[in-house]
Amino acid sequence: MLYREALNKALDEVMQADDTVVTLGEDVGLYGGSFRVTEGLVEKYGEKRVIDTPIAELSIVGNAVGMAIGGLRPVAEIMTGNFSLLAFDQIINHMAKLHYMSNGKIILPIVVRFPQGVSRQLAAQHSESYEQMLCAVPGLRVLSVNDVNYAYHALKYAILSDDPVVFIEHELLYNKKGEVDFTQKLNPFQARIAKEGRDITIVSYLKMVDDVMLAVPEIEKELGCSCEVIDLCSLNPVDYETLKKSIEKTSRFVMVEEDHKTGGYGGQIVSWAAEEMFYALDAPPLRLAGKDVPVPYNRTLELLSIPTPESIARDIVAWGKKNDV
Amino acid sequence: MNKLLAEEMYYLMVLGRAFEYAAKENYMQGNISGFLHLDIGQEALSVGAVKAFEKGDIFSGYREHIMAMSRGLEPKAVMAELFGKVTGVSGGKGGSMHLFEPAHFFYGGDAIVGGQLPNAVGCAYARAFLEQDEGVMAIFGDGATNGGAFFESLNIAATHKLPLLFLCENNEYAIGTNIQRTAPFREQAKKAEPYMMTYTVDGMDVEAVYEVVSEAKKQIESGHGPVFVEAFTCRYEGHSVSDANSYRSAQEMAHCKARDPIQRFKKALHEKWLCTNEEIQNIEKKAYEEVEDAVKYAEESPEPEADALFEHVFYEERENVVS
Ligand SMILES: Cc1ncc(C[n+]2csc(CCOP(=O)(O)OP(=O)(O)O)c2C)c(N)n1
Repeated sequence: MLYREALNKALDEVMQADDTVVTLGEDVGLYGGSFRVTEGLVEKYGEKRVIDTPIAELSIVGNAVGMAIGGLRPVAEIMTGNFSLLAFDQIINHMAKLHYMSNGKIILPIVVRFPQGVSRQLAAQHSESYEQMLCAVPGLRVLSVNDVNYAYHALKYAILSDDPVVFIEHELLYNKKGEVDFTQKLNPFQARIAKEGRDITIVSYLKMVDDVMLAVPEIEKELGCSCEVIDLCSLNPVDYETLKKSIEKTSRFVMVEEDHKTGGYGGQIVSWAAEEMFYALDAPPLRLAGKDVPVPYNRTLELLSIPTPESIARDIVAWGKKNDV
Repeated sequence: MNKLLAEEMYYLMVLGRAFEYAAKENYMQGNISGFLHLDIGQEALSVGAVKAFEKGDIFSGYREHIMAMSRGLEPKAVMAELFGKVTGVSGGKGGSMHLFEPAHFFYGGDAIVGGQLPNAVGCAYARAFLEQDEGVMAIFGDGATNGGAFFESLNIAATHKLPLLFLCENNEYAIGTNIQRTAPFREQAKKAEPYMMTYTVDGMDVEAVYEVVSEAKKQIESGHGPVFVEAFTCRYEGHSVSDANSYRSAQEMAHCKARDPIQRFKKALHEKWLCTNEEIQNIEKKAYEEVEDAVKYAEESPEPEADALFEHVFYEERENVVS
């Protein structure tokens, strides 16, 4: 099954089971969604539950908040991350805070689905990642899974959860293939060990996990070592337990992410490692991230602006050689 | 209008359509990537409005190739931008959606729906503030009229009586969703009525567009505040090259194409402007050759150097900035 089909299945099942689940967003209805995640749902559940909205992101999220207050369980789709900026007031000042400000009286079972990331030559206004901003706001759970099985389970979990969840998706993951185990019980707040290893812990999330996996054979060959790859799955809260165990075993740590390096999400993970894992580390942590530039259109420049399997292998090998890995 | 201008507009329309088809073909071949929004079917609107708004600033969205060329940007430089080449309008960093040329007062290229509107308002404020004669034109789709930025812009422009022409290209679709599914009526000019003078025009008729926009331009520049023009048009292709256009019936498309702006204007050239077949063919030939040259130029142009990645993040070098 494809990643987008897994999301579609999760939505479908939850909508089938609970009449109060609705989904709203631009082109989610008749058109089937820009990335076809909501395909077939309007035919099945009708236009009252699968709502084609105007191009009005502030209202998409703001309405979802009101729907939740009114007793529905909305799943809002923001067409892509850059457009979410128009909704950030609702995401941050309303969705994230009403529960706390009301002393727990207001409960907001909302999911905001959030496709983002560098796709292919979509240029600076269509390529950005915003997990660092979302995770800087207390009151939001932020999920971002790489794996197809996790996609199914995590989205289902998110919709059933009574807290607001931002569910980040990477635009290049929708056609990823994988198996879904429908019988499994899975906690999406637990990090996933994508590959076990002994010598280096490489932490990543979303599409970068795949790029790290592509880089690993080269790294292992060049450094004569074995890499453990961790897919964070939940960016807030973070499953530090899993990271801790891994780093205690490997004593080396690399963080890989696609967003811009300055202010980027991985800074949090490296800062945690500096505070909590300092004595377990045999080398300074390495952090690979996107360059601090708006993402350019030209393909060559675009690929220079973010980590790629080649650059990840090259940079980790250079770091490994310098630090006697 | 006169015959010379009519011929020029016909040239730009034919050029525009040929350019868009060439861009599509090169997209299929992999020379162009990302999002490519074609303006085929809407040529009368893009050409007529930009020619009528001869001077002054223009802010538009991502479906802007033909507007850019009508404004005087070189087809070569526009095509090279689509190819991501260093000779492109934006050095290959912007692509199809981000064509900017301040030398021609063209601030094309916004890919955030409605995002250009507050910028156009601000620019109109600056023009009024600086007591410069020319006004500003903001071009946007019907889809953009549902967003907050649109209503905020109407309000501010009207409050300050700014020299701003709102031009709504109503092609009735925002990607795959018909405007009547997301707004209570088809005519978006209704939203502007409480704030300013509004006009509606057949966007498939280049002469009508030219006349209405010329009139509206005079009005905004006479100090009475903003004007809203809505032009009804039709795009022939999908929203972008990657959209299969499956949400419109063959019948709807046929109805659209029966109003073809180029065929219609060609007829007017014969009947009203008394152009000969030969004159018309020469114009068409020149347009096709220009597009061929543009593609060749784009193909042969070099890629940007890797260093370009870090250029233009800021205008000033940090070390040169002192208090
Ligand atoms: C703020 C924002 N939301 C969503 C999008 C995605 N998007 C791009 S074009 C488009 C449709 C716009 O329709 P319209 O304004 O009518 O212009 P047209 O494409 O018809 O020229 C949408 C939803 C976007 N670019 N920006």
